Amino acid sequence: MSVNVLIPSALRGFVDRQSEVEAEGATVGEALAHVAAQYPDLKHQIYEDDSNLRGFVNVFVDGTNIKKLKGLDTPVANGATVMIVPAIAGGF
Amino acid sequence: MLKLTREIEEKIRKAGAEAYPNECCGILFGSEVDGGHAVNALKPIENARESGEQYHRFLITAEDMMQAELDARKLGLEIVGFYHSHPDHPARPSDYDRDHALPFYSYIILRVAEGRPELMTSWQLQLSREAFDSEELVIEP
Repeated sequence: MSVNVLIPSALRGFVDRQSEVEAEGATVGEALAHVAAQYPDLKHQIYEDDSNLRGFVNVFVDGTNIKKLKGLDTPVANGATVMIVPAIAGGF
Repeated sequence: MLKLTREIEEKIRKAGAEAYPNECCGILFGSEVDGGHAVNALKPIENARESGEQYHRFLITAEDMMQAELDARKLGLEIVGFYHSHPDHPARPSDYDRDHALPFYSYIILRVAEGRPELMTSWQLQLSREAFDSEELVIEP
């Protein structure tokens, strides 16, 4: 499957300033791993280890948070849009 | 350096005053310019933290961020940062801010004292994530 992965502005510096990149994979996890293999600096930013995403990283497939689906095992259709979205919080 | 129009600055100050004693928050849309960011529009966001924590915490949900990313793309802009208020607290990033921030973005902090908006500052997290650097806030007419 070929999917489009949308990159948030904060992470574009790690993917040659692109706002989206193409990836191959049958699941969200495979697609993100494909992108990470192409852009190792991005991998360091979004993965806390070889298989788990960092806590601030949320992923949506065609508008649905994968936490409501099967997580990284969520299947993706050909042409699906996978979106990396950082969580934002703060205060004192 | 973060460039704002006077109108956008006023919107942030008003949001801080209206949310007091709680924190306001929102998203800054704009573009990269030489040496920093320019803000063209903002999107106020309803603070998603539980009501008892909003006096010192803010949260923008993943769903709000996803929609904002789509909005930015439609506008031909990008998310360049965020604003939030510190009610009765200095306009300086806290350790909690640092733990939840990302490099690249500009983080505006507005001090609101007894309901009155006061000092507004802007910050960027170092790539090492060890500290924030203050950035110049340029207000244009």
